[in-house]
Amino acid sequence: MNITLLWTDIMVWLLLFSIIVWGYIVSRSPRVREQWRSIFKSKIALSSAIILLFYLSFALIDSIHFRVENQHRVVSLLDIAFEHRVKNRERTYSAPFATHEYSKDITIINGETKQIYRDLKYVHSGNIVIDTIKSILIGVAISLFLIWLHIRYRKKRGKDSIIPWSSGYITLTTLIVLFSWLYIMSFSYHVLGTDKVGGDVLYATLKSIRTGVLIGVLTTLVMLPISIALGVSAGFFRGWIDDIIQYIYTTLNSIPSVLLISATVLIVQVLLDNHPDWFNSTLERSDLRLLFLVVILGVTSWTGLCRLLRAETLKISQIDFVKASKAFGVTNFNIIRKHIIPNLMHIILISVVLDFSGLVLAEAVLSYVGVGVDPTMYSWGNMINQARLEMAREPMVWWSLFSSFIFMSILVLSANLFSDRIQVVLDPRNEV
Amino acid sequence: MLLYIIKRILYAIPILIGVNLITFILFFMVNSPNDMARSQLGAKQITPQMIEAWKESKGYNKPLFLNNKSKGISKITDTLFFQESLKLFTFNFGYSDNNRDIKEDIKERMYPSLAIALPTFIIGLVTNISLALIIILFRGTILDTTTMVVAVIIMSISGLFYIIAGQVLFSKMWHLVPISGYQSGFGAIKFVILPIIIGVFSGIGSSVRWYRSIFLEEINRDYIRTARAKGLSETSVLFKHLLPNGMLPILTGVVVIIPTLFMGSLIMESFFGIPGLGSYTIDAIKAQDFAIVKAMVFLGSFLYIVGLILTDISYTIFDPRIKLG
Repeated sequence: MNITLLWTDIMVWLLLFSIIVWGYIVSRSPRVREQWRSIFKSKIALSSAIILLFYLSFALIDSIHFRVENQHRVVSLLDIAFEHRVKNRERTYSAPFATHEYSKDITIINGETKQIYRDLKYVHSGNIVIDTIKSILIGVAISLFLIWLHIRYRKKRGKDSIIPWSSGYITLTTLIVLFSWLYIMSFSYHVLGTDKVGGDVLYATLKSIRTGVLIGVLTTLVMLPISIALGVSAGFFRGWIDDIIQYIYTTLNSIPSVLLISATVLIVQVLLDNHPDWFNSTLERSDLRLLFLVVILGVTSWTGLCRLLRAETLKISQIDFVKASKAFGVTNFNIIRKHIIPNLMHIILISVVLDFSGLVLAEAVLSYVGVGVDPTMYSWGNMINQARLEMAREPMVWWSLFSSFIFMSILVLSANLFSDRIQVVLDPRNEV
Repeated sequence: MLLYIIKRILYAIPILIGVNLITFILFFMVNSPNDMARSQLGAKQITPQMIEAWKESKGYNKPLFLNNKSKGISKITDTLFFQESLKLFTFNFGYSDNNRDIKEDIKERMYPSLAIALPTFIIGLVTNISLALIIILFRGTILDTTTMVVAVIIMSISGLFYIIAGQVLFSKMWHLVPISGYQSGFGAIKFVILPIIIGVFSGIGSSVRWYRSIFLEEINRDYIRTARAKGLSETSVLFKHLLPNGMLPILTGVVVIIPTLFMGSLIMESFFGIPGLGSYTIDAIKAQDFAIVKAMVFLGSFLYIVGLILTDISYTIFDPRIKLG
C-alpha cells in the first residue's frame, strides 16, 4: 500500500498547513491573543470549538488515502479502521442493534415455503453490558491521558488561565467515550442499522463528515481570495474599478444561487462524462466532482463577503492613519497589507464561520436537487435523499435519516454557537 | 423621484445583459452544442450527421457571436447569442425538450407557487416580528436567553428535516392532511397548509435573531429614552416608537424577496408535489432540460432586479430622511 493523495486531500492539508502558519503569525500579536482568550472564556465557545475539532479530525483521518496493491481501489485511514463494516455487507435494511433483517423474506425450510425474518450475517450478539463498560473505560482512559498531557503543558507554561478548561475536558471526554462506544459496538452490531443495500449506516455517517467539512472549508478557501481581492480593491481604489466590481457582483447576485449552481454543476457533469480519461476510478471521479462543486460554490458565493469588505474598506480608507500613510508615500500595496487587511480580519473571520454552517446545510439541499456531490459519494445529503424514498414503508426506516440529521445538526450547531461568540468578541460595535 | 427610478431601470439593463452573457457562456461555450447533442442523443454510435441534424432541429447550428456568412444587421442577429439569449428580453422563452411552450407553462405554474410562497412570507413576517418584540419586552431575562438558544437550534437543523418530520407527523401518523399533491381552487388549502406551517417554522430561527438585533440596536437610541422619560408605558414605547422605527430596516430588507416569491420554493414544492415553478425548475434540472433552466435563470434574475428597484423606492417612501436625486 502506498499513499495516494486525491485532489481534495491535497487541498485539505494545504489549508490546514496555511491555517497553522497564519495562526502562528497572528499569535505573536498580543492583541490578537487577548481576543482569542476572550473568545474561549465562554464555556459554550470552548465546547463548540472542541466539537468542531473532533469533526475536523475525522475529516483529516479520512483524507489520507492509500492505493491497495493489485486492486483498483483507494482506501482511507477511516476505511481501514472500519474494514469490518466496509467488507461485510448485509442484504438490505436492518434496524439499529437488530439481529434480524427489517422485512420478512420467503425461504424454504424443510421443503416448506415460509416467511421469516432472516438473521443478519455479520452480527455477533456480544454482551452489550460488558462491551459498554469496556468502551467507557477505554474512552475515559484515552481522554484522561490527553487531559493529563494538556495539564502538564499548562503547568509548564506556568500562567494561570482564565479559560474554563474543565468544561472543555468534559466535552472532550464525552465525545471520546461516545465514539469509543460506537466503535467497539460496531464490531458486534450495526449500531445505527443498515441501509438499502446493507451498508453500515454508522460507517456512512462517519464518511459523510469528510464531505460536509470539506465543502464547508474548501469553498471558503476558493471564496476568500476572490472576495478579499475584489472587495478591498473596489473600496480602496474606487472610481471605475469600483463600478466594474459592483457590476460583477450585482450581476452574479441577481442569478438565483441554486439555479446558478445547478446550471454549472450540470455542465461539469457533461464535461466529466465526455472526458473519462481524467480519472481512473469511481472514487477519483467523485473526488473530481467534489472539487468542481467546491470551486463552483466558491465562485458563486463570494459576493456577500465582497460587498461587506468593500463597504468596510471605504470606511477605513477615510480614516486619518490611512491618509497619513498615503501622504508619506507608502505604496498602495503596503497600505492594504499593513492597514486595511488587519482591520478587516473580524469581518472575514465571522463570515467564514457563518458560511461554513450554511454550506454544510446547503450540501444536503443540493444533493437532493441532484446537483450536489456524486451519488456514489458518502454524504449526509445523499443519505437523506435515499432514506426519503423509503418514507412510505411501514414501519418507517428512520435510522439513516436520524443519524445523518443528528450528525449534521451537531456540526452546524457548534459552528453557529462558535460564530456567535466570535461575533460578540470581535465585532467592534459590541465593545460599547 | 421619477428620474431616479428611470435611472435605476436603465442600470438594470446592463445587469440583465450580463446575466444573459453568463448563462450563454455556461450553456453554449463551456458546454458546446456538440457536447449537448452527444449527451442528449445518448446512443452508442453517434455520427457527425446525427449531431448536425440535432443541432439543426434545435437551431443550434449558428455561430456564437458573429455570423460572417450573413450581411448587414443579420451579421449579429443571425447568431446563437442573439437568437437564444437576447430574445429572452421579450419573454420569449422558446420550447422545452418535450415541445411545450415554456411561457405558457410558467404562467400556469405561477399560481400554485404563489399559493405557498405568499402566505408563508406574510405569516412568517408577522410571526417573527411579534416574537422578536416579545423577546425585546423580556430582554435580559431567562426567557430571552432560552429563546435565543432555541432559535440557534432551529437554525442549525436542516430544512429537509422539518419537511420530513412534518410529513411523517401530520400526514403519516395523524392523517390530518394529504402527504402530497395539489388541486386548484379552495381545495388547495389542505395541500398548502402543511408546507406553509413548515416554511414559517423553519424560518423562525434566523429571522427572529435578526429582527431582535435590529430592535436591540434601536432600543438604546435617544428617542426611546425620551419616550420613557415622558412616562409612557413599556408596551406603548414598544409599539408606538420602537416598532415603526425598527420596521424600516426590516421592510427594506424583505422587499427584495417579494418579487422572487413567484419563483416558488424548490425543495418544498418537490417534496409536497406542488405543480409550481419550484418543482418545474427541479424537474428541468433533473432532466437536464437546458431551455427551461435558462428561462428560469433569466426570470429569477429579472425578478431579483425588480426587487432591488423596489427596495430603493421603498426607502424613499418609508424613510423621509432619504432624498434621491
